[in-house]
Amino acid sequence: MAWGGYCAMQARRNVEERSTTDPIERVARLASESAVVIFSISTCCMCHAVKRLFCGMGVNPTVHELDQDPRGGKDIERALMRLLGNSSAVPVVFIGGKLIGAMDRVMASHINGTLVPLLKEAGALWL
Amino acid sequence: NNDVRSEQEVVDVGADEILVQVRVLIGSLNSIFKRLFDWQLSGPDYKSTKGMSSPSTQFVTSRRMGVYEPLHQIGMWEDPFKGLTSQHGIAATTIVEVDGLDKPDYTSNESVGPSKNDQEASIPNEKVQRRLAQNREAARKSRLRKKAYVQQLETSRLKLTQLEQELQRARQQGLFIGSSALDSSHMGSSASLNSDLAGITAFEMKYGHWVEEQHKQNGELRNALQVHITDIELRILVDHGLKHYHDLFNMKADAAKADVFYLMSGMWRTSAERFFLWIGGFRPSELLNVLMPQLEPLTDQQLLDVCNLRLSSQQAEDALTQGMDKLQQSLAQSVATDSGNYGSQMAAAMEKLEALEGFVNQADHLRQQTLQQMSRILTTRQAARGLLALGEYFHRLRALSSLWAARPCEPA
Repeated sequence: MAWGGYCAMQARRNVEERSTTDPIERVARLASESAVVIFSISTCCMCHAVKRLFCGMGVNPTVHELDQDPRGGKDIERALMRLLGNSSAVPVVFIGGKLIGAMDRVMASHINGTLVPLLKEAGALWL
Repeated sequence: NNDVRSEQEVVDVGADEILVQVRVLIGSLNSIFKRLFDWQLSGPDYKSTKGMSSPSTQFVTSRRMGVYEPLHQIGMWEDPFKGLTSQHGIAATTIVEVDGLDKPDYTSNESVGPSKNDQEASIPNEKVQRRLAQNREAARKSRLRKKAYVQQLETSRLKLTQLEQELQRARQQGLFIGSSALDSSHMGSSASLNSDLAGITAFEMKYGHWVEEQHKQNGELRNALQVHITDIELRILVDHGLKHYHDLFNMKADAAKADVFYLMSGMWRTSAERFFLWIGGFRPSELLNVLMPQLEPLTDQQLLDVCNLRLSSQQAEDALTQGMDKLQQSLAQSVATDSGNYGSQMAAAMEKLEALEGFVNQADHLRQQTLQQMSRILTTRQAARGLLALGEYFHRLRALSSLWAARPCEPA
């Protein structure tokens, strides 16, 4: 009886995960999976710049190339555009699961000294 | 506040500016035509050059205008007839050999040079004949080129007049400049070019005022630091100065929309400033290097904060530079490979170019943030000294550019 209950619970969870097609929820889930998450498009040069910024600081971000996601990449792109109200959806940066924003917010936060503490708090930087 | 304007007012102002530019261009074209026709009356034949020294010919300041006409034709009409230039060059050399012939009654017989005037009789006739033939050929080619140039001008003038009419109509209908009302469907159309031109002209004017205002503010800061004014009063000056830079970045954002290449070329700045150009402006980390010595003494905490700021601005600059490099690579690739479909290849390349505006905006954003962080780290008095140092630095760079431009040329 306990096993049956367990299997049912597992089955239900699987269904729940599969049914999360809402792009915003997908974004939130993906964002919480790593310390630093970047939503990007492989041909976007500003995305390249933000990736280089983090690599230059010794941070290893998790990058999701939306143009290489056949399942819901386009949906996520549209959702990000709505979320941030920008003319371009990418790049968008999450640190410790929290939304930092597009390139200008990332740069502003680095210049005013708040980026490094955030990275340390999320465990992306140790020095 | 100037920022609050009705949409219609903005359109009217924009349309007015464009109309002014168009009329100025038509006016210039008309005066060019006038000069060309005056020139034609005097003729490129070497019989009489009296008309040449008249003030109507403003292309040349040399008194030897008559002799050097064909040379100036080369300069003027080189573009439409590149192929002819080299041939013309040979003929030009022949003409250049003529020296010191200011005499108004210059005739083609004297083409062999003043030093040889006395020895005219001893020169073999064939040499003279050959020279004459070359000069005639040069004159003929130059007439052809002039004809083509004039035709080009005529077409441009017609186009401009048409454009002026369209603009009047569009303005009356309250339509935005550069919208589908005017033909902006293809690259390089005169409509979008002229609205860009208006945007850039407006920017140059505003930037000129900005520099004057900067100079004035520098003077105020200098005085304020010499006398003993309160920190509150000094703070007002500092905030004023920071806002002034903020205005510059807003201006540049508008200019980037009109013509990002113009902004990136730095042509709106002086030559020495252009030497330091990084994505359309100064490098924030370089700026800190300029400021640091002027701000001592700093507390330990301030020193730490400034060093961190320098590091983070360097990292941000590197990131943007790498983004720009990727953009260059990507653009070069898309232009280099012949996809066989010119239209779609160009469209793809155009899309890539659109990313440039974003980089210029991010670079200006970085400059803005760096200045603001500096003002947070420093005391009011230090910030005032910093702003003054910055202003004087750029002032000296501009002065250097003027001195450099006016330096005596080395003898050839």
